[in-house]
Amino acid sequence: MIQVEGLTKYYGEHAAIRDLAFTIGQGEVIGFLGLNGAGKSTTLKVLGCVLLPTSGRVVIDGHDVVGNPHEVRQRMGYLPDVPPLYDEMTVGEYLSYVAQLRGVAAKATSARVAEAEEKTDLRDVHGELISTLSHGFRQRVGVAQALVHKPALLILDEPTSGLDPRQIVEMRRVIRGLRGEHTVLVSSHILPEISQTCDRLLIIHQGTLVAQGTEDELARRMGGGGSIEVELRGDRARAVAVLQEFGAVEVERASEDMVALKLRASPDLRPRVAQALVGAGLELLRLDQGAGQLESIFLGLTHGQEARA
Amino acid sequence: MKAWLIARRELAGYLRTWSGYIILAVILALNGLFFNAYALGGASKRSAEVLSGFFYYSSGFTVVAALFISMRLLAEERQMGTLLLLYSSPVKDRDIVLGKFLAGLAFLALYILCTAYMPLLILVNGKVSLGHVSAGYLGLLLLGSASLAVGTFGSALSRNQLMAAITSAVMLVALILCWLVARITEQPLSEVFSALSLWNQHFPPFQSGLIHTRDVAYYLVVTYVALFAATRVVEARRWR
Repeated sequence: MIQVEGLTKYYGEHAAIRDLAFTIGQGEVIGFLGLNGAGKSTTLKVLGCVLLPTSGRVVIDGHDVVGNPHEVRQRMGYLPDVPPLYDEMTVGEYLSYVAQLRGVAAKATSARVAEAEEKTDLRDVHGELISTLSHGFRQRVGVAQALVHKPALLILDEPTSGLDPRQIVEMRRVIRGLRGEHTVLVSSHILPEISQTCDRLLIIHQGTLVAQGTEDELARRMGGGGSIEVELRGDRARAVAVLQEFGAVEVERASEDMVALKLRASPDLRPRVAQALVGAGLELLRLDQGAGQLESIFLGLTHGQEARA
Repeated sequence: MKAWLIARRELAGYLRTWSGYIILAVILALNGLFFNAYALGGASKRSAEVLSGFFYYSSGFTVVAALFISMRLLAEERQMGTLLLLYSSPVKDRDIVLGKFLAGLAFLALYILCTAYMPLLILVNGKVSLGHVSAGYLGLLLLGSASLAVGTFGSALSRNQLMAAITSAVMLVALILCWLVARITEQPLSEVFSALSLWNQHFPPFQSGLIHTRDVAYYLVVTYVALFAATRVVEARRWR
């Protein structure tokens, strides 16, 4: 679906992205991950046909982005980092306008608008002015405009930025619902949002692609099999002895009545760890999958790069 | 056609927000004041003279109206980030420019239509030839269309509406002042400048009820050239 080779973009002297190369298959949901300023938006703008690359080649669905942008634009829906909304229109009017702009026939428009509103939970605000909508709704209207003409490729630049936790969960559900019908590219600088919605991750740091793969592949590459967090009451030495059976143990916090430990072991082992601890007569308060498995991968990758730079 | 779609949305935007009406009301009020003070004022005149005066003052206000109407066309979309919607859609550059221009022209036509009460007042109190009125209004529309096209070009060049208004105003004033250059240059250059001037040689015939092909052609050519330039700008900016 997408082939990118040697993609480079300079803003003056500064290279926003350098020599990016990746391919994306039909129907994949891809997460673009990177800190702010890493080059995510720049890459997505090139793919979205609104930014001319300095060099390199991007082919989408057999059409070159620079040589044949009109064909590419017909197959793509793009949500920029700021949703392009007209405040004085209602949601329904706006979506109809975008649909026709992107080539949906007048007769099919209202059905397509209804479908897009269904997918993004906008039925209830169909007749409302966009200026009266909350940030979460505006963001969803942004997603709806990108998919109203049923494009093969959906490019969503930070669709979850500025949303509250509940809205993020809703947005994630919306994006998951797009799987199958579209190839989706989502960017974010917040990891959990991406790890839970995407098939594969591309990690960009300082304009270069530092890693790509599924979350598990990346974890394996980084040599970490995940971790388990444990909080318990009881003898600290005994707890460490029990846990060491499974892997390396670090004591994170210890107070009179509570010990927090981190165990380097696959989260799959949680039931056995729990059994062992309880069996040793320790009072188990909390047992959880280590926070941010991906987070540590991400920090590891970007940190290593900075050290080298 | 996509240009038509864009024009319809843009015009609806004008009609729904305050800014369009404010521009319309302020300029209409000033136009009326000038009409009352200068075209009507003074010693008793013949109706045709008053009508000519009306077109004289209205031509100036039409240029100003075109300037203010055009400033938002592309610059506002750039400011709001909605230009990316047009840029990432399968729409030709010329459809974007044409759509914007047509919406502006429709709104300008609304303005020009609103001035019609003044010739009607003359009609009530005197005699007015329909030919004179039609010629004058054709002139206003053509002058407005040329000014609006220049404004569209300025709006395409600018980052925000204020810059757009300033850029377009500079271009329009330069075009109008061409006749001053004509006075200090020699033949054949002076004739070229004189013919280039937006107002001096081309509007007065309309004002007195005459339609010359070369004046009509002049305004249409200015409109075309300015829109062509705007399209080129959009083409270049679309990738940035």
